[in-house]
Amino acid sequence: MSRYPLSSAAARGWWHCGACGLLCRGVSEKRGAAAVCPRCGAEVRARKKRSVEYAWAFLLAAIICYLPANLLPIMETAMLSGTQNDTIMSGVVFLWQSGSWPLALVVFIASVLVPLLKILAMLLLLITVQCRSRWAPRQRTRLYRLLETIGPWSMLDIYVVALLVSLVQLQSLASIKAGPGAMAFGAVVVLTMLSAMCFDPRLIWDPIEENDDRQA
Amino acid sequence: MNPSFGQRHQTALHACHECDLLQYAPHSDVQNVACCRCGGLLHRARGYQPQTSLALVVAGLFVFTLANVFPVVGLEAGGVRTATTLLGTASQLMRQDMLPVAMLVLFTGVLLPGIELLALLYLLLPLTLGRAPRGFPKVMRLIQMVHPWGMVEVFLLGVLVSLVKLAHLAQVHPGIGLWSFFALIILLATSASRFDAALLWERYQSCRATH
Repeated sequence: MSRYPLSSAAARGWWHCGACGLLCRGVSEKRGAAAVCPRCGAEVRARKKRSVEYAWAFLLAAIICYLPANLLPIMETAMLSGTQNDTIMSGVVFLWQSGSWPLALVVFIASVLVPLLKILAMLLLLITVQCRSRWAPRQRTRLYRLLETIGPWSMLDIYVVALLVSLVQLQSLASIKAGPGAMAFGAVVVLTMLSAMCFDPRLIWDPIEENDDRQA
Repeated sequence: MNPSFGQRHQTALHACHECDLLQYAPHSDVQNVACCRCGGLLHRARGYQPQTSLALVVAGLFVFTLANVFPVVGLEAGGVRTATTLLGTASQLMRQDMLPVAMLVLFTGVLLPGIELLALLYLLLPLTLGRAPRGFPKVMRLIQMVHPWGMVEVFLLGVLVSLVKLAHLAQVHPGIGLWSFFALIILLATSASRFDAALLWERYQSCRATH
């Protein structure tokens, strides 16, 4: 890996403590070197530790879980009329058909669109960072910020399943069980959040020298 | 209120935590300061004083207890009544051999928000009394670690969705827990919006210097 750009704090030997926000003196120009923050005692580095590797690992795990999360049933309803398996998409369709389309839209965005966009956006960020791309750094930083804010909202379906499962226990009338899809879906949410947390947005700016700023 | 409120305009050296640009930026009490290259937040405007945050946290803990003790929603169909709390949903999932999902609900809905509130109480109470709490840096790091995993507001939206789904099946009764969750979210959002970590660090250092 090449050195830090001249305008960056790391090139001048200043490191930002991620825990308390203090600007610390860096100890070494070497990548991966660590110091201790004089104020809070946390480990300080110029960039997050093995950011790209960890982010890739969590992201690949999330992609693997994504298929079972969407194909397997997240809910099994046993009623007098028989049993019914619900996947995430069929839950959205049910809401849509029962006339509550604003809610169907909310669930669709939170459970289908957001996880998919999170995975695609992380792929984009990781690939461009690894190619040391200089393309649209400001927009990519904004994308990363968006990823961090919307992260938890895909937990929506997990909570819905949890509530339905414990409410609808009406003995012979109807009962609901959580399906294997719920587990995979929960894993997708947690893994994409971990991947985004491990990613260091400063890596987006590392290939960009002072002169590029205006075109950026 | 801070006597120097709105008057200080020194500049300080900052490294943007999102793009690592080294820059001098004004140190304002009344405005957020953003990075001139990527727009990342360099410095937050002065937030709540510790005593204001403490009041919000104590109220939050009170409402948090209510929200977890009283049922959130109840269901009535064919003479059978069921009601559940957030803890109840986790234990029901556990009974169905869905331990990972149960743990996820338990941690993101109950344990982590609870830990965050208690940790804040542990820091803010001594600081308002002018004492430095023991292990301040570690607890600050704990709060920072736990914060992104608290998902109470997502749970509330989940309640709304399940209410609509169940309305066809049976009669649903929103419970005291639901209103408490509403209050909790408002309190948590207010306290987080102007949580001033830098101010707490300043207080901690001055308290430690005088004692």
